[in-house]
Amino acid sequence: MSTAAIGSETGFEAVIGLEVHVELSTQSKMFCGCRNEFGAEPNTHVCPICLGMPGTLPVINRRAVEYLCKTGLALGCTIATDSKFDRKNYFYPDMPKNYQISQYDMPLTTGGGVRLPSGKLVRLNRIHLEEDTGKTFHAGGHMAAAEYTLVDYNRAGVPLMEIVTEPDIANPEEAEMYLGQLKAVLSYLGVSDVKMHEGSLRCDANVSIRPVGTTALGTKAEVKNMNSFRSVVRALRYEIERQAAALRAGERVVQETRNWDEGRGLTYSTRSKEQAHDYRYFPDPDLVPLTIERETIALWNAEMPELPLAKRERFLREHGLSDYEAGILTEDVVTADYFEVVAQAAQSAKQAANWLLGDVRRLLEKHELTLATTRMRPQALAELIRLVAAGTISGKAAKEVCDVMIATGQAPGVIIEQRGLAQTSDTGEIQSLVDEVVSANADSVASYKAGKTKALEFLVGQVMKASRGKAKVDIVRALLLERLG
Amino acid sequence: MADVPIDIDHVSRLARLALTKEEATRFSAQFSRLFEFIAELQSLDVNEISATAQVIPLKNVMREDVAQACLPRDVALENAPAREGPYFKTPRILDGES
Amino acid sequence: MITGHELKTAIAQGRLSAVEAASQALARAQSLEPQLRAYIRFTPERALAQARRIDDLVRAGEDAGALAGIPIAVKDIFCVEGEITTAGSRILENFRSPYSSTVVRKLEEAGAVIIGKTNMDEFAMGSSCENSAFFPTRNPWDPTRVPGGSSGGSASTVGAWSVPIALGTDTGGSIREPASFCNIVGVKPTYGRVSRYGMIAFASSLDQAGPMTADVRDAAITLGVIAGHDPLDSTSVDIPVPDYAAALRSDLQGMRVGIVHEFEEQIASLDPQLAELYRKAYQALEQLGARLVEVHLPHARYGLATYYLIAPAECSSNLARYDGARYGVRADPGGDVYEMFERTRAAGFGDEVKRRIVLGTYALSAGYYDAYYVRAQKIRTLIKRDFDQAFAGCDVIAGPAVSCPAFELGAKSQDPVAMYLMDYFTIPMSLAGLPALSVPAGYIGGLPVGLQIVAPAFEEHVMLGAAHAYEQTTRHAWAATPPVAQTAASTS
Repeated sequence: MSTAAIGSETGFEAVIGLEVHVELSTQSKMFCGCRNEFGAEPNTHVCPICLGMPGTLPVINRRAVEYLCKTGLALGCTIATDSKFDRKNYFYPDMPKNYQISQYDMPLTTGGGVRLPSGKLVRLNRIHLEEDTGKTFHAGGHMAAAEYTLVDYNRAGVPLMEIVTEPDIANPEEAEMYLGQLKAVLSYLGVSDVKMHEGSLRCDANVSIRPVGTTALGTKAEVKNMNSFRSVVRALRYEIERQAAALRAGERVVQETRNWDEGRGLTYSTRSKEQAHDYRYFPDPDLVPLTIERETIALWNAEMPELPLAKRERFLREHGLSDYEAGILTEDVVTADYFEVVAQAAQSAKQAANWLLGDVRRLLEKHELTLATTRMRPQALAELIRLVAAGTISGKAAKEVCDVMIATGQAPGVIIEQRGLAQTSDTGEIQSLVDEVVSANADSVASYKAGKTKALEFLVGQVMKASRGKAKVDIVRALLLERLG
Repeated sequence: MADVPIDIDHVSRLARLALTKEEATRFSAQFSRLFEFIAELQSLDVNEISATAQVIPLKNVMREDVAQACLPRDVALENAPAREGPYFKTPRILDGES
Repeated sequence: MITGHELKTAIAQGRLSAVEAASQALARAQSLEPQLRAYIRFTPERALAQARRIDDLVRAGEDAGALAGIPIAVKDIFCVEGEITTAGSRILENFRSPYSSTVVRKLEEAGAVIIGKTNMDEFAMGSSCENSAFFPTRNPWDPTRVPGGSSGGSASTVGAWSVPIALGTDTGGSIREPASFCNIVGVKPTYGRVSRYGMIAFASSLDQAGPMTADVRDAAITLGVIAGHDPLDSTSVDIPVPDYAAALRSDLQGMRVGIVHEFEEQIASLDPQLAELYRKAYQALEQLGARLVEVHLPHARYGLATYYLIAPAECSSNLARYDGARYGVRADPGGDVYEMFERTRAAGFGDEVKRRIVLGTYALSAGYYDAYYVRAQKIRTLIKRDFDQAFAGCDVIAGPAVSCPAFELGAKSQDPVAMYLMDYFTIPMSLAGLPALSVPAGYIGGLPVGLQIVAPAFEEHVMLGAAHAYEQTTRHAWAATPPVAQTAASTS
C-alpha cells in the first residue's frame, strides 16, 4: 500500500521522525578500556567499570567523540562548542549502574540533515553520545512467560551515537531511503559496522498522522523493535493504517510505546509499570565538560573521505555510469572502492559495473560472501575482464572462472589452465569439427541452403558442443559459412 | 515546622526503595526541620548566577581508544548473587523498560 | 604516641622490623576492639605479607618507600583487591573487590602496611559512626561517646594510638569532625587533588580521600603519597604535587590568618568555653607571628541546606547500582526483578541512607530539579565566591572544626538535623572544593577539640605549614593520653 493511497483514501498524511542508534566501531568501550567487539563469549569483555562495581569511574573515549563529530560534519550539523554528559536515571537489569551516561541538553551536534536520492532533505534535530546497555535473555521464551533473566554485559558501555531527525519523513519509503543514505554515510566514514542484524544500527520511529494539508501534529506513538529495513517499512505501514483506522472510527490515538511484532505483522502496546519516565537528568559529576576547538574541527574536516553523494556524482561524471549503476555502486564504500580498482585495472568502467552488478553479485550471494569477505581481489576480476576482451575465454566460461575466484581467490589464469577453459583458435581443429558436423547433419545443411538461416545457428551450436565450448564462435561461424558455400 | 512537600510513595518508587508505611511517616517528619533550612535558600537571588556543577576548572579529559585486558569471566561473576553458566541471573522482567 | 615518621625511621635503621611493627599494631588494635570496635575486619595476612616484603627491601638496603613499614588502617570505603569492602553497609557485606583503589595502591607501593578496614557510617552518611550497619565505634577519650563520622573507625584507631596513620574520606566534614573529636590531625585535600578511583562514591562532586594521622608531619608525608593525577579519575587534576613535608613551618611570620566573622558569632552563641578555646588558639597563631584579619563568609550559613540537596541528589544516583543483580547481597522475595531490587534495597540500606536517597531523588525529580538541585548549585557558586574574596586578604583561614566536643552515643541519633549540624563549620569548604584540616587545639572537660585551617585551592602546603607551626608550639596531642589507650598492650 503506498502512502498516496492512504492519503487519498482516508485524507490523512503521515508524519514520521526516526531515532537511530549507531554502535561506534571503536577499539574500546565508551568509558572504559574493555574491548568493543560483537559476538564474543558472554561476559568476557567486562571490567569493574562497565559492570558498575562500587568505586569505579568513567573516562571518555576520545575516538568516540571524534567519530560522532565527523558524522556531524558529514551531515552538515553544527558541532557544539560546549558539550557535556548527563546521567539518565532509571532501573533495568541490563543497566550496570542503573543510570545511563548520555547527553541531555548540550548534545555534541545539532541541526544538519540527510539528503535523500529524491532530493528531499530530512533535517536532523541532534546527534548525541551515550553508552549502550547489556543484553538480557529471557529463559523460557517470550518475556512474559520467562522464569528468570540472564544478562550479558559485553555490550554494556559500548559507545552509541543517537541520531534524531525532525518529523520530516512523510512515508515508509522515505524512511527506508533515509536509513539507506545514513548507512552509506556511516560506512564511508568508517565509524560503524552499521549492521542491523548485529544491532550496530537500531531504529525507533515516532509516528503520527494528520489530515492532509494541515500543519498541527497529531498524537504520536513510538514504534520499537524493528530489526531490518524491511521491518521498518512494514511496521510504519501498519502503524499509519492503525492510527488512520482509529481516527476514522472516532477513537483517539494514545501516546504510547508500541513494539513491532515481525511474526504477526502488527504493533502492540507495551504497558510498563512506570507510565511516566522521570529520568532525573543531571550533569554527570564524574566527568568534566567538553570544549570542541575550531582547530580540532578543521583537522577533522581535512580528514573527511569523499562522501556517498559526492562519489555518486563523480561516478556519473568520470565513469559515465547510469544513475542506477552509480547508486548501487556507491551504497557502501567497500563496493565503491572495489569498483574503482576494477575499472581502472580493466580500463573499462562499464565492464566493471556490469560484472559487479550482475554475475559477481549473484555469485557472492551463492557463496554467502561479500566483497569484503571474498578472497577475489579487484585486480583479479579486472584480469578476468581483460581475458574475455582478448578472446582467451568465452563469456560463458568466464562466469565459471569467476565462481571459482570468488570462492578460492585463485588467479583467473590458474583456473583457466586447471580446467582447460581456454578458447581455441586452432582453425585446423575447428575445421575438422565443422566437417564432422556438416556430415552428420545433412537435413540442417539442406534447410540452410533452402534459405532457413536459423539452421546455421543450429549448426554453429553443434560445433560448439562438439568442441565443448572451447572453439571461438566467430571462427566457427566463418568456417561453416565457407563450407556451406 | 515546614511543610514537607515530598510525595514519598512516588519518590521511593522512582528510587526502587520499598519503604514501609512507618518509615514513610517517620522520614517525612524527620525532613521537616531540614526543609526549614532549605526554604531559606529560596530567598536568595540567584538569577544571574551560574551553577557550579564542578569546582575544578577541567575540560576535555579523555582517554585514547586502546583496548585493555578485561576481567577474567570467573572473577567478573565471582560476586554474582546468582549465575547460570556464563551469565548473571536475575528474576524475570515482567514488563518493558522502567 | 608514636608517629608514623618515627616508626619509619626505626624500621629503616633496623631497630624494629616491619613485621614486628605490624604485629604489634595488630595486637594493640585487637586488644582495644572490645572497647572501641573501630574495625570492620583486620587483614593480618595482607599486612604480614607486605611487612615481610618491606623487611626484605630494608635488609637489601633498598628504598622501600616513603611510608615503608608503617602500619596503617583504611576506611572500609576503599576497595582493596581480594578483600571484602562493605562501605559500612549490609548491602555490600559480602562484596569481595576484584581491584584496589588508586590511593590504596599508592600507599602499598610506598610501603604502607594495611592492618585492617575501619568502621564508618554507612556509605559515608553520618557524623558519628552510629549509622554503620554493623556496630557503632567509640571514642578513645571516652568510650560512652562517639568518635565522630563518617570516618569514625579511622579516627578512633589513630586516636587510640594503635596506628599512626589511617585513610578517611571527607564529603562534608567526615575527616575533620572525627579528627577533632579524637584529638588527631585530619586533612581534606582540594577536590581533585587525590584520586577517587576505587573509593565507593557518596557525593561525587564533594568526596575526597585524606590522611588521618598522629601528627601534621605524618599527614604531609601521606598526602604526598596519595596525591596526584590519576588517568582513571576524570576529576583528578594534573598539577605537580609539592613536597609537603618540606613546607612544614616552625613559625608564622608574614602569614595572614583570616578569622571568619560569621563562625565566631555562631561559636560565641553556642558555647563560651569553646569560644575561649578557639580564642586561645588564635592567640597562639599570633604569637607565632601571624597577623589576624577578619574575613566574611556571608553565604556560609546556607551551606547546610545547599549540601543536603546536592549530596543526597548525587548519592541517590550513585547508590542506584546497589540492586542485588551483579554483586552484594540479594533479597529473594520471589516475584519479578523490580520486586527484587526494591526488597534488596529496603533490606540492605539503613535509615539514613534511605532518607538521603529519598531526599536526593526528590531534589532531582521533574518539576523540582530547578528549584532544588540547580538552585543549590548556584548557591554553591556564591559560597565559593565568598572564599575567593576572603582569600584575597589572607593566606589561610582559621576557625572551629566543630560546634562541640564528642557527644554521647545516642544523643543526636533521634534527630537527623541535629546530626547534620555537626558539619556546620566544615560543609562550606567542601562545597567550595577547598583544602581544609583539623589539628588538635585543646580540651574541654577532658575531651579534645580541633582547630580548622583552610587554604586556597591546591595550597595544602600552606595549610600544612601553618598547622605544623601551631602543633609544635602548642603540643596539645602530646598533653594527655587517651584513657582507652592506657589499657592497651603497650608498644615501645
